[in-house]
Amino acid sequence: MSVLREALDHQPETKAFWSELAEGRFKLCYCRACERAHWYPRAICPHCASPETEWRAASGQGTIYSYSIARTAAEPFAIAYVTLAEGPTMMTNIVGSDFAEIAIGKPVEIAFGHEAEDGITLPVFRLA
Amino acid sequence: MSINGQAYIVGAYEHPLRKAPDKSLAQLHAEVALGALADAGLSKDDVDGYFCGGDVPGTGPFSMVDYLNLRVRHADSTNIGGASYILHVNHAAQAIAAGKCDVALVTLAGRPRSEGVPKGGLKRTDSPVQPDYAWETPFGMTILNVYAMCAMRHMHEFGTTAEQLAWVKVAASHHAQHNPNAMLRDLVTVDDVLNSTLVADPLHKLDCCIVSDGGGAVVVTRPEIARQLKRPLVKIRGAGEAVKHTAGGAIDLTYSAGRFSGAAAFAEANLTPADVKYASVYDSFTITVIVQLEDLGFCAKGEGGRFVADGNLIAGVGRLPVNTDGGGLCNNHPFNRGGITKIIEAVRQLRGEAHPAVQVANCDIALAHGTGGMLGTRHGGATLIIERE
Ligand SMILES: [Zn+2]
Repeated sequence: MSVLREALDHQPETKAFWSELAEGRFKLCYCRACERAHWYPRAICPHCASPETEWRAASGQGTIYSYSIARTAAEPFAIAYVTLAEGPTMMTNIVGSDFAEIAIGKPVEIAFGHEAEDGITLPVFRLA
Repeated sequence: MSINGQAYIVGAYEHPLRKAPDKSLAQLHAEVALGALADAGLSKDDVDGYFCGGDVPGTGPFSMVDYLNLRVRHADSTNIGGASYILHVNHAAQAIAAGKCDVALVTLAGRPRSEGVPKGGLKRTDSPVQPDYAWETPFGMTILNVYAMCAMRHMHEFGTTAEQLAWVKVAASHHAQHNPNAMLRDLVTVDDVLNSTLVADPLHKLDCCIVSDGGGAVVVTRPEIARQLKRPLVKIRGAGEAVKHTAGGAIDLTYSAGRFSGAAAFAEANLTPADVKYASVYDSFTITVIVQLEDLGFCAKGEGGRFVADGNLIAGVGRLPVNTDGGGLCNNHPFNRGGITKIIEAVRQLRGEAHPAVQVANCDIALAHGTGGMLGTRHGGATLIIERE
């Protein structure tokens, strides 16, 4: 079992996120009490502490807040923080793009179909 | 209750080794403990409080208290990464002021060089049980690339340049050339940094701290005991601590927990950054120093790059001598944690025991500050302000 699979097994509260993403639906966790989205998803709203959270469809649109190119990795890759159109900023990868094209402020969109080594679909982005 | 004037640092010791293949981890902790106690003129039997971070072998204080055969009535193993030991001095002073212990021992040690270091930036040592794990680790996050993202954002918002980052390393190398125990003693230029391998944009290899074996320890005690000892009096004036995190997605990479720990420490000390003659500032990466100097109030937010340029951190040259031992960038970063060496060099400066080439004249107020954990996700900040009495 991979460490990521193990991590997901520890987190029943976010199980729906991963199963929805695998089906091509990117969901965000919203709070019904304060109506704000948050990241990373959790059962209890980090803004107002309400347990009334729910999954809602997200646009999959955002902009690059910051990034770096991990050049010493066996296969260099782009890691980034992306600020989603819905508000929260999340850590992700920018895939399928020339490293030289990646820049802070550029629009990005969710890229489905990218899996970790054990078949878990990851929420990664590509330049829009 | 304030700790201002309630406790003194009476012993400080940095292990001379930077590679220790023939010593155990517990042995290194014991050697620095006994070194700091000897420096203070105390023995292990005087210790009744023990403080350690996540680098000790075993669970919290158990194994080291056993190994050293201490009898403690107070123990604290709060772990905020490399800044833990600065926080421990704060907690030790609180415990002393509250009558919970009289002689507090703080140790850090490690042997990452002898045990092997993964290439390409250290992985986190986090656990898959952490709620944040699945939202960061699968994207290949390392200590290196998450600090790199902080540097990238700082450059974007404030116009900070790679040359300005490099000046932090240049200053460290100027200091390290005088430290016979420093791991890297060669002078480095801005061009040397910029021509070193780009490891995670915008950080080059020489923007990163060293990995060394070794460690250090300090001893904290109450004023009555400190005055009976023969060492120069180093009084604790103020301290602060804070934890910064991802705030439900409200990420702002341009500042650190030092914004809050520094303000608390200056308020308790009733001092301002202008009073500080020497500063030990955590230098896991060059960007770490720039962000913290801003957060501590030595310059305005966004001015850090310009502040560190042109040798402003070099003793005898610039306005604010920083890390005159060579810091984690050149001297020592045992167990990938720099907190204890930050305190030790500040104590040397106040005692007038720094190397003559880097000793700050009339050094009466010094600051030690650390950022432990990940600047770009979750980290602890700890600030300590001390005074030569
Ligand atoms: Zn809420």
